[in-house]
Amino acid sequence: MTDKTLNCPLPLHYEHIVMAHGGGGRLMQQLLDDYIQPVFNNPLLAAKNDSAVFDVPAGKMAFTTDSYVVNPLFFPGGDIGKLAVCGTLNDLAMSGAKPLYLSCSLILEEGFSLQKLKQILNSMQQVATAAGVAIVTGDTKVVEHGKADGVYINTAGVGVLETALVINVQAIQAGDVIIVSGDLGRHGLAVMLERDGFEFEHNIQSDCADLSGLVQDLLQAGIDIHCMRDLTRGGLASTLIELASHAGLCFELQQAAIPVQDNVRSLCEILGFDPLYIANEGCFALCVPAHHAEKTLALMQQHRLGKQATIIGTVKQEVERGYVSLISEFGIARVLDLFSGEQLPRIC
Amino acid sequence: MKFVDEFRDPQRVKQWVQAIQEITTQPWTIMEVCGGQTHSIIKHGLDQLLPESINLIHGPGCPVCVTPIAYIDKALSIAQEEDVILCSFGDMLRVPGSQDDLLSLKSLGADIRIVYSPLDALVLAEQNPDKKIVFFAVGFETTAPTCAMAVYQAKQRGLTNFYMLACHVRVPPVMQALLDAPDNTVQGFLGAGHVCSIMGYHEYPPISAQYQIPIVVTGFEPVDILQGLFLCIQQLERGEASVENQYKRVVTEQGNLPAQQLMKEVYQVLDRQWRGLGNIAQSGFALSDEYAAWNAEMHFSVADIQSNESRECRSGEILKGLIKPAQCPAFNTRCTPEHPLGATMVSSEGACAAYYHYRRYQND
Repeated sequence: MTDKTLNCPLPLHYEHIVMAHGGGGRLMQQLLDDYIQPVFNNPLLAAKNDSAVFDVPAGKMAFTTDSYVVNPLFFPGGDIGKLAVCGTLNDLAMSGAKPLYLSCSLILEEGFSLQKLKQILNSMQQVATAAGVAIVTGDTKVVEHGKADGVYINTAGVGVLETALVINVQAIQAGDVIIVSGDLGRHGLAVMLERDGFEFEHNIQSDCADLSGLVQDLLQAGIDIHCMRDLTRGGLASTLIELASHAGLCFELQQAAIPVQDNVRSLCEILGFDPLYIANEGCFALCVPAHHAEKTLALMQQHRLGKQATIIGTVKQEVERGYVSLISEFGIARVLDLFSGEQLPRIC
Repeated sequence: MKFVDEFRDPQRVKQWVQAIQEITTQPWTIMEVCGGQTHSIIKHGLDQLLPESINLIHGPGCPVCVTPIAYIDKALSIAQEEDVILCSFGDMLRVPGSQDDLLSLKSLGADIRIVYSPLDALVLAEQNPDKKIVFFAVGFETTAPTCAMAVYQAKQRGLTNFYMLACHVRVPPVMQALLDAPDNTVQGFLGAGHVCSIMGYHEYPPISAQYQIPIVVTGFEPVDILQGLFLCIQQLERGEASVENQYKRVVTEQGNLPAQQLMKEVYQVLDRQWRGLGNIAQSGFALSDEYAAWNAEMHFSVADIQSNESRECRSGEILKGLIKPAQCPAFNTRCTPEHPLGATMVSSEGACAAYYHYRRYQND
């Protein structure tokens, strides 16, 4: 028997993003149903409401947002998806919050590979699952080819504060000990080496990681954390300069104590970069009272992300204008300064 | 890290500082020629470890700092031409020309790229046959050979869309120019180790003999610099003047002969304008006539661009060692890395930038 029905299917299965994926029609539904929902899979998202509705515990919440535009999208040690979830989880963690829910907004460039998108979404969910959080709401937009760089991601996050501590820059006190959770410079260097086409053979992996579990361990053990910051853009130096400046205190760091892997140091020597100013995505600094320093270190070193945790300095006296002083191996102090513009490879 | 940690070892640093203290009986003024050495001295605070009677002055050995403003203007002009991709070393992008700098031009859409090696620019030329790739080549004898290799290979490969804006400079003539200046205070030199790795140090004995001045070829790590200073002070204290080589692990007397040969093939030596120092005879390299087809100055007709330096910038006096950066009235007031009046405030190896980043609070 011959099939007499009219059979003229629309070409609705693309290998890459087309403008219609953002157009509100069938292709957009397909993108949501075939790619996003199955990966982020959770009841709040599946409810398909304009916003996710959930119960909140009594007490304080933390709320943060960040946008991710990294180039290249895939780099040794991670990709933009992993970065977009870790970054927002870390921002929540730095206030002492336990992360609960995330949002995910995607700005996709026409022509972007759907297979790569799937890979990125899987990375996001992998970190979210490990952290015990759900990606419960989101948005997708498509822009014309050439108007974006593959994919940009914005994530926002909410978390709950289960601690009574007030963790912020105002809580830093003279006498506090400054601890860093891991070795510096890997993320920025890994990305830079990929992006700028340096043909060095290297084994540097981004340190991109979710720090919220490690921070919760410290809080649950009763560590009196005064302040925490993840050492992202501008690295350790810029972050501490900002803190010291806001706090009106002098931070004194011991150069020899600051952990930097040998391969990072070597490449920085060649390129003329300072690892203290390079971005990290799985590393944070915290200020704790001196009598909690040893206990903090011991706890951190038990966690896989804190094995390299080290005391790198102390908070000194109040000063009119806060600054960070670095004591060299030779006992000479110099003031760390904010970088002007970007770090650029030197001539010779 | 091998070959670095040994030369930053606090114990060895202490021993050399002590040795310098033991032999120093009177004040001496010593110039480190290279900006890399300046940076290392200020970053590690080596000058603060020395006896007060040792005065270190920071020489003109930062390639970014001595590149005349006219060449920045030439690069800016070329970068605005259609179908041009201008490539340079990262440091050059921030240096202000008369009106603008390359970074801000890039932000307005000009195709300006940072490359780590001039040979990367050649690859770009091969990948973009419909574009003109211009490499803005600055630097001393250290970088001149790799730039020469790029042009040499362009010729070998028959690449007709690659050009070089060459503004290379030579160290020995500027050392002589400093010594000839009536206001010279330099009594000894730490020679630039990396320049000598290419050129050797056979050019220095005549200078040392003519001006009766010690020249010690020196490396860049703290132990290198202190050992170089020790050798230099030892000569001064003994009333000697000769050439010594502290940087033996890298530098030989004859240097890198294939690199020198390549430079002879590609460049001609000519008089060159230095930022802050004026015209110095026989102090520059430009592409030789056989390589005229790759000469960006000729192709883009920018050879005649003339520019004036800021009158307020005293980098000339700083490069001659007559004043320290903090003694300039514009330092940290009208002149900062965000708004530099001169290149010494821009480059990571510039003396003013080194003082700004590492010493600013002490100078306030």
